[in-house]
Amino acid sequence: MTADMLPHDLSLLTPELMLAGGAMALLMLGIFLKGPGTARLVHLLTIALLLGAGFAALFLTGDNGQAFNGVFVLDPLAKYAKVAIALTAAFALLVALPYLESEKLSKIEFPVLFALAVTGMVIMVSANDLITMYMGIELQSLALYVLAAFNRDSLRASESGLKYFVLGALASGLLLYGASLIYGFTGATGFNEIAIAASSEPSIGLIFGMVFVICGLAFKLSASPFHMWTPDVYEGAPTPVTALFATASEMAAIVLLARFLLEPFGGMIDQWRDVIWIIAVLSMGVGAFGALTQQNFKRLMAYSSIGNMGYGLVAIAAASQTGVWALLIFMSLYMISVIGTFSAILAMRTREGQVEQISDLAGLAQTNPGLGWSLTALMFSIGGLPFFVGFFGKFFVVFAAVQSDLIILAVLAVLFSVVSAGYYLRIVKVMWFDPPEVTFVRPAMSIYWVTRVAGWSTLFLLPALGWLVYRAYSVGLQLI
Amino acid sequence: MFSELDAFLSILTFTPAIGAVIIAVFRFASRPEDQALIDRNSRLVALVTTLVTLAFAVVMMFEFDPAVSGFQFVHEVVWLEQIGMGYRMGVDGISVLFVLLTAFLMPICILASGAIEKRVADYMIAFLLLETMILGVFSALDLVVFYVFFEGGLIPMFLIIGVWGGQNRVYAAFKFFLYTLLGSVLMLVAMIYMFMQAGTTDITVLLETSFSPQAQTWLWLAFFASFAVKMPMWPVHTWLPDAHVQAPTAGSVILAGVLLKMGGYGFLRFSLPMFPNATAYFAPMVFVLSLIAIIYTSLVAFRQTDLKKLIAYSSVAHMGFVTLGLFSMNMLGVQGAIFQMISHGFISSALFLCVGVIYDRMHTREIAFYGGVVHKMPVYAAIFGLFVMANVGLPGTSGFIGEIMTMIGGYQYAWWVGAGAAVGIILSAVYMLTVYRDVVFGEITNPKIDTMTDLNRTEWIIFVPLIIMTLLLGVSSTLVTDITAASVDALISNFDAAIAATAQ
Repeated sequence: MTADMLPHDLSLLTPELMLAGGAMALLMLGIFLKGPGTARLVHLLTIALLLGAGFAALFLTGDNGQAFNGVFVLDPLAKYAKVAIALTAAFALLVALPYLESEKLSKIEFPVLFALAVTGMVIMVSANDLITMYMGIELQSLALYVLAAFNRDSLRASESGLKYFVLGALASGLLLYGASLIYGFTGATGFNEIAIAASSEPSIGLIFGMVFVICGLAFKLSASPFHMWTPDVYEGAPTPVTALFATASEMAAIVLLARFLLEPFGGMIDQWRDVIWIIAVLSMGVGAFGALTQQNFKRLMAYSSIGNMGYGLVAIAAASQTGVWALLIFMSLYMISVIGTFSAILAMRTREGQVEQISDLAGLAQTNPGLGWSLTALMFSIGGLPFFVGFFGKFFVVFAAVQSDLIILAVLAVLFSVVSAGYYLRIVKVMWFDPPEVTFVRPAMSIYWVTRVAGWSTLFLLPALGWLVYRAYSVGLQLI
Repeated sequence: MFSELDAFLSILTFTPAIGAVIIAVFRFASRPEDQALIDRNSRLVALVTTLVTLAFAVVMMFEFDPAVSGFQFVHEVVWLEQIGMGYRMGVDGISVLFVLLTAFLMPICILASGAIEKRVADYMIAFLLLETMILGVFSALDLVVFYVFFEGGLIPMFLIIGVWGGQNRVYAAFKFFLYTLLGSVLMLVAMIYMFMQAGTTDITVLLETSFSPQAQTWLWLAFFASFAVKMPMWPVHTWLPDAHVQAPTAGSVILAGVLLKMGGYGFLRFSLPMFPNATAYFAPMVFVLSLIAIIYTSLVAFRQTDLKKLIAYSSVAHMGFVTLGLFSMNMLGVQGAIFQMISHGFISSALFLCVGVIYDRMHTREIAFYGGVVHKMPVYAAIFGLFVMANVGLPGTSGFIGEIMTMIGGYQYAWWVGAGAAVGIILSAVYMLTVYRDVVFGEITNPKIDTMTDLNRTEWIIFVPLIIMTLLLGVSSTLVTDITAASVDALISNFDAAIAATAQ
């Protein structure tokens, strides 16, 4: 690489550089600036940093291309994912502030770790090399391990952090082993070179390596059968961190998986499609049936997210342009609704403190109609019921599956969606049919508005769906 | 003129939704102390909105040209055009009547909701949204738009049953929702497959697309899964009695009056014209199911002790006539099926309202509780009697024409189909007359009956339009058949042409 290439390569990394540099700078700021308002200042600056990174990803990165001899790629898919990740992370951080302050957890490390996790995610979606991929995943995971256990005085939070760390380390091991097999059998770590090797007759070792990497990524994605950590971690981690797990983190993992399977291993569709098929069906099944008996709202959302990642995998299994844009639309609409839902969980606060049992929602549509109606719309939207945008996310995913002749997978997907409608309806039932029991205190402005805006967006995004499809559609066209 | 606007049909469809938004704004803007005011205003807004919708529908009816077999009042908006989807609305001779029926029944439902006392604003919002969804189903000209309205209607109905329903309402609401959803999702996959084949979700284009006979079989089955549940046909009818019994009166009215017709309409719009070969292939199965529905559910109805449940089972039996007429695929049968759906829309609504009248007074639907009501409520007894007779199919009421047309249509297909339907008519007389005797006639044995009072003014206003419609259609069937003739004629000639083309 010559020196004159460096500015060009670095310009492609604008959001990453902003995030990494910004996180360091904010850490310094937090350490040297003592005083009571520091944590809040750093927190707010981090939100601005995330928004700025999203803005940079959208407008400042310039042309698409590869950097540093092809280890880093910037294409429409990566751009789209980066904008989505940065924005949802910013919203998660926005609703985190009142929560942290009322739980006495507000420390400068929280937003900084948050920004570092997001840095990892935006690297993941741009990874074009096994090493970059691993670096992104680990940067994300290490920050998230700490964040999950951030409330260190809470037993459940410590348990969730430890559990996530131990199982995450195992998954990283699987992934590294797979990566080493791939390297061993192709002699390259770059996705471009692997693609060439995979397009000819693939060796058995390469297939093994690929499957190990899929397993490692499926863990990050909380896809079944690697989902065991999800309910406990979702329940134990501080709610804003859970929101990050359920949105940006999964977006990064699923985009990385899509790129990994469609670009370097695009020539081996026959080898990986069955694997993804099985993981998708298992995830949808576990998500649908596992959530039916949950009493804790966060645990329910964990199973909901396992199930919804199953739908994302259906789009990947389609292995087509349609699949890619369907995945992006699905994930975007899903993330908006999930952020709104977690914000609603944060709004479940009584005089005694946070509550998170589903039964605490009893009668919410009467006692707090604004929150109740928003949460109703969000539940229907995540459940994929018509007239809410979430339906179109699932619709396009099934559309992609049918287009690729995966009829059985499509039928299973819609059948599982009926089962999962059962538990989304249960929440609606508790809010609408049951007599009121608990009254919530008025939430902070940020939580209030994020819930409302997300709730309304499930309807008002319908006309804008055309624009969103147009954006995602052009992404799909340029991949593969 | 106003009705010449492109968007006329969309305005008609979304007028109730606008009313719902107005109520929602009122509800959120006013203080909790003004609860009584909110309640009164929401009733008023809901009534005005549904009346305006009815006025629009009547205007549309006058502007509608029955001689044209194609779609009229077509409204298209570009939406998701990259992938071939769009927002398209329009009505033809088949759907325009259902739009009118819906718009006609809704003000009656709002008026009949006087007994609702809790959360009135939410109730009215749910009802108005439900009306938009139903109107949308009947006017959608795009597969996805149709599906969205079709499924979207479940949500307000779920809330209506679950919040304002009876004792066992949660079970009934879940059963209603999940049962119907399970049927529909298979249709969704079939729709996507059709979309793949035709490259568009435009129903007008799909009506002219021919699918291979093998694909037709699967597509037909998937659509059947949805519409048979919605209809409901035996053996997937079990959600209906539960939903009816638990729903508030107006909910039952709209469920029996319009929601069930979505199934029949779906058969007419999709199954018959788009999959003619599969329709011909599966017709005998549909006849057998219809006959079982007619005879078996009539017998079940006879043994009911709950008034609403009895009428619910009678609805299943009468929907059997509809499927029977539809799948006979001759002019008389299909025309009769449409007529029967419209007529049943009036009669079953009226019967549920009749139950509502005595339920509001005594708060029980047990048949055994009543007896001798005629001594206290003579006018009510006469009106109830009229609708019981109409349900039995007495000549001079609309029920007779629907049943006789579908029966002859079935007879033209095969003698045993007509014969089975005839048995059903006898059985319907048995259970309807028995229940009428038990409730209305006899001596007053239960002292509580003594306190019952005859119809009040609101109830008069509710029943008069229904009585007029039942009798009017009973003596002048051409009011309906003239409008549907051109569209049904086109449907049947296309069907015959498609069958002939495959036979060669």
